[in-house]
Amino acid sequence: MAVIPKFVGARIKRREDPRLISGTATYVDDVRLPDTLTAVVLRSPHPHARINSIDVAAARSAPGVVAVLTGEDLKGKVGGIPCVAPAEHIPFHPLLAQGKVRFVGESVAVVVASDAYLAQDAADLIDVDYDPLDAVSDPEKALADGAPILHEEFGANLATRALIPNPAVDEAIAKADRVIKFRIVNQRLAPVPMETRGVLAQWHQASGQLTLWTSTQIPHLLRSALAAVLSLPENRVRVIAPEVGGGFGAKLNFYREEALVAYLSRMLGRPVKWIERRRENLATTTHGRDQITYLEVPVKNDGTVLALKAKFICDMGAYLQLLTPAIPGFSGLMMTGCYKIPAMSFEQVMVFTNKMATDAYRGAGRPEAAYIAERTMDMVAAELGLDPVEVRRRNFIPKEAFPYATCAGLVYDSGDYNAALNKALEIVDYPKMRAEQAEALKHGRYIGIGIASYVEICGIGPSAMLPPKVPGWESATVRMEPDSRITVLTGISPHGQGQETTFAQMAADAFGVDIDDVAVVHGDTAIVQYGVGTFGSRGLSVGGTAVMMSVGKLQEKLKKIASTMMEAPPDQLTFTNRTVALKSDAAKAIPLQAVVDAAYGWKMPIPGMEPGLDATSVFEPTGCTFPFGTHIAVVEIDPDTGVVTFLRYVAVDDCGNIISPLLVAGQVHGGIAQGIAQALYEEVVYDENGQLVTATLMDYAAPRARMLPHYELAHTVTPSPLNPMGVKGVGEAGTIGSTPCMVNAVLDALKPLGVRHIDMPLRPEKLWRAFKDAKKA
Amino acid sequence: MFPSQFEYHRAASIKDALDLLKQFGDDAKLLSGGHSLIPMMKLRLAQPAHLIDVTKIAELRAISESHGKIVIGAAATHDTVANSDLVRAKLGLLAEAAAAIGDVQVRNRGTIGGSLTHADPAADYPATALALEAEIKLDRDGGSRAVKAADFFLDLMTTAIQPGELLTQVAFAPIPSGTGYAYLKYPHPASGFAIVGVAAIAALDRSGKFANLRVGVTGLGPKAFRATAVEAALAGKAADAATIAAAASKTADGVDALGDIHASSEYRSELARVYARRAIQAAVARAKA
Ligand SMILES: Cc1cc2nc3c(=O)[nH]c(=O)nc-3n(C[C@H](O)[C@H](O)[C@H](O)COP(=O)(O)OP(=O)(O)OC[C@H]3O[C@@H](n4cnc5c(N)ncnc54)[C@H](O)[C@@H]3O)c2cc1C
Repeated sequence: MAVIPKFVGARIKRREDPRLISGTATYVDDVRLPDTLTAVVLRSPHPHARINSIDVAAARSAPGVVAVLTGEDLKGKVGGIPCVAPAEHIPFHPLLAQGKVRFVGESVAVVVASDAYLAQDAADLIDVDYDPLDAVSDPEKALADGAPILHEEFGANLATRALIPNPAVDEAIAKADRVIKFRIVNQRLAPVPMETRGVLAQWHQASGQLTLWTSTQIPHLLRSALAAVLSLPENRVRVIAPEVGGGFGAKLNFYREEALVAYLSRMLGRPVKWIERRRENLATTTHGRDQITYLEVPVKNDGTVLALKAKFICDMGAYLQLLTPAIPGFSGLMMTGCYKIPAMSFEQVMVFTNKMATDAYRGAGRPEAAYIAERTMDMVAAELGLDPVEVRRRNFIPKEAFPYATCAGLVYDSGDYNAALNKALEIVDYPKMRAEQAEALKHGRYIGIGIASYVEICGIGPSAMLPPKVPGWESATVRMEPDSRITVLTGISPHGQGQETTFAQMAADAFGVDIDDVAVVHGDTAIVQYGVGTFGSRGLSVGGTAVMMSVGKLQEKLKKIASTMMEAPPDQLTFTNRTVALKSDAAKAIPLQAVVDAAYGWKMPIPGMEPGLDATSVFEPTGCTFPFGTHIAVVEIDPDTGVVTFLRYVAVDDCGNIISPLLVAGQVHGGIAQGIAQALYEEVVYDENGQLVTATLMDYAAPRARMLPHYELAHTVTPSPLNPMGVKGVGEAGTIGSTPCMVNAVLDALKPLGVRHIDMPLRPEKLWRAFKDAKKA
Repeated sequence: MFPSQFEYHRAASIKDALDLLKQFGDDAKLLSGGHSLIPMMKLRLAQPAHLIDVTKIAELRAISESHGKIVIGAAATHDTVANSDLVRAKLGLLAEAAAAIGDVQVRNRGTIGGSLTHADPAADYPATALALEAEIKLDRDGGSRAVKAADFFLDLMTTAIQPGELLTQVAFAPIPSGTGYAYLKYPHPASGFAIVGVAAIAALDRSGKFANLRVGVTGLGPKAFRATAVEAALAGKAADAATIAAAASKTADGVDALGDIHASSEYRSELARVYARRAIQAAVARAKA
């Protein structure tokens, strides 16, 4: 019999990919039910307007139309979209606008027809009488007196405030050699998943049950929210996340259309489908970032950072989605980065503006934090004439200090920041690079070297860290079927992360079987026990731990049974090559199948033992994991055009132990792409009147392969003590490290011009202007 | 993204297409690669009641050489043009421009006739058509005419094509050997179109002076244009870097430059000057090689 290899740590290809790349995966739009109606949403062209009246008569009588609804039709019949994060002011968030529209793209009416073409024809016939109002898109202007107010009931555009004061910070400012002050902006971004949102609802009249297929990261949490909004018992609601083509945090949410389509299916007794168009995606799927930060950094002349003081203006958009006001918290708590900064304080002002709501986007608060920390280090270096590497080294939390309690009250689990930095420096050959840079400058060539040493927060997390109704634990059921094949039911909901591969690797090794003997099931609330979902790079560290807990329970049971069959103590047994064998002598073994047969009660050797092989576990982490690393970029800027050319991109990431090297590389690649895109290309632009300028992909610069560098990847391995696999998480690391790294590289190239900072995205035009201005001066 | 209702007609021949055009008049739109027209229909910015597909007319897809000219059918795709042995051998500039359009999917569907007719101010072909002094053939019921590229582009998305006319082919004189050329494009980071694109063709005399220079510019203004001031400034002049740079600084003179969030009109003008300089230099280098 062939020996079954070990899978954990092996470079195996993702098991998900064949169906994805052969076009046979089933996304929401691929689910076809007979008699399905199509919904088309009519949306506001105005950023801010009063709705005087809506005439739907012509639309209602148009061919193929089954129903047309407006906000008025829904009043009192259905709840609003919840925000579970605490906030002083949470506006009512209707499924269709009531009385007023507050951002471009806000849903105003819905048409349900026999097909999308007829639905769109009818939507064109709806006549909405709007009274346009002044709008405000700049969050700082929105706070000013006399600004147009979005929600009159609150009297101002302040949504909420978060304050972490600390007198030690002001003391540090008073006694510092210098205080460096600057303002930086994390611009608004659109997540742009390949698959837009989409919903299919099927109401079963006879049983009073609702099934909802939706492109989501959180099927279970969504079921709870949906049941509440529609006043349905949760055991009558089934949510299925079929193949989900990317979420990046934007599908960690509960949207108007999810509730609306479900409501329509119940109302009409027929399946109803709505598929988001790309324009809708750019306008009405949550955006990310949009934070302005004012920083004060007291330093000693040797580069020691004494404290960090920040004021954030955080743009919420017009309404609060599931976690909107919670995201900036991570930016504040993580802004001291990898550094032993003794004190920090911050104030965050969350503001309503006439824009789409912000919420989680890959990194969710931590890219902003890493950007603050890493721009701060470079600012300090520039101000004091020190090498950015030296400033980082001087301030790093030393490796002996872990677990390390930060001044923000977080406990970093493990780390060795110097190791990652040193490895990255070695790969680029830093001293040689600096020499080349200096030489090039003599010939009028502007080369920049950018460093970012990031730390982020993953494995989210202890439930206490999260808002109510979004707990931090995760569940898993592991079942050994009668034929000794294994089914893993996980509460997370992977949508590109690849846990169908990683969890199978882990389970296969644990039971000494082939990876193909393991099936990983997720994303259907009727099949999988209640779970939380996939976000915050928690899938492996939290979801995977739950899997291993259940695996352990089954192993124990199997060993108990095998021990009676083999007359050996359970702790002497191990699983290998589809057998249960003596640890000391693999030749003394019985087939796994024989033990499974026994367990299913066909010849149960242990009287009174419950038959079956099925274990469910829930893992509530005691703390978060803190992956880290150092990215280094080398770029050259064309002074004539401002165009950036990539020379090197080195990423050294430490995500603890690595289960699946190819998957980790894939996550890092995608992450870096999105992070560099924030640094150089992407920005959701609303003009000052609130019109969305980047309304299509002809204007919104999502990155293409040709716009990205070649990546040189490496790792250090510092296991996390918080889970049995020693893993940390890697879903967002690339995004978090790459943005400040790329910005630091570009600004390093501009250093000879005397430029300290330019806000992202660093479009060539801005860089060209820097050269032009320098020439003038 | 659902267009309003329309009827689809597949023209079997040029005559067939012209008959259909006559029959449906203003209610009809010619459909070639559909990569400009269909996006507009999906946004319902265009709502033609009839679409006349010209891409199945064999004549319109052909690329041939006749009477000393390279003749490209209107429905030849960008990919066909980019990879045609004939075009690559004798009209390298056009092949390079075609290869720089959009991405693989766009090149597989989009056509030269559609691109020239659509006259997007950021399209790649117009700059090369101008630099190569292409002749555009327009057929109508009972006749045809040839329009010089220089007379073809009138304004933003406006050309000399009259209602009832069909663009059938584009004819080019081959680039003589010893003549250098280059197409340099600064792609828009979102759309991939040209923020600025410059096509240059240069021939030098024995003493290294410009014997011939033609420069087409796209992206900068509402329509593609010949940088005649630059050409004139270099006529008979030495092809050295300083002279070229001085002449290229005139590229944007008198042009009402476009601007968007990725490139303001001021920056775009500067890009045009820099790209013109570099394109001319690259063409000169090739002429010398
Ligand atoms: C994502 C994307 C990226 C793109 N990037 C680029 C780029 O980088 N550079 C670039 O230059 N272009 C780009 N394009 C445009 C592309 O090249 C189009 O295909 C081209 O502009 C139009 O050609 P078509 O064959 O698709 O024409 P269609 O869309 O079919 O037609 C365009 C117009 O021409 C008319 N028409 C078509 N054929 C004829 C004819 N024979 N006679 C008279 N009228 C006719 C039609 O009625 C219509 O008004 C891009 C398009 C897309 C969708």
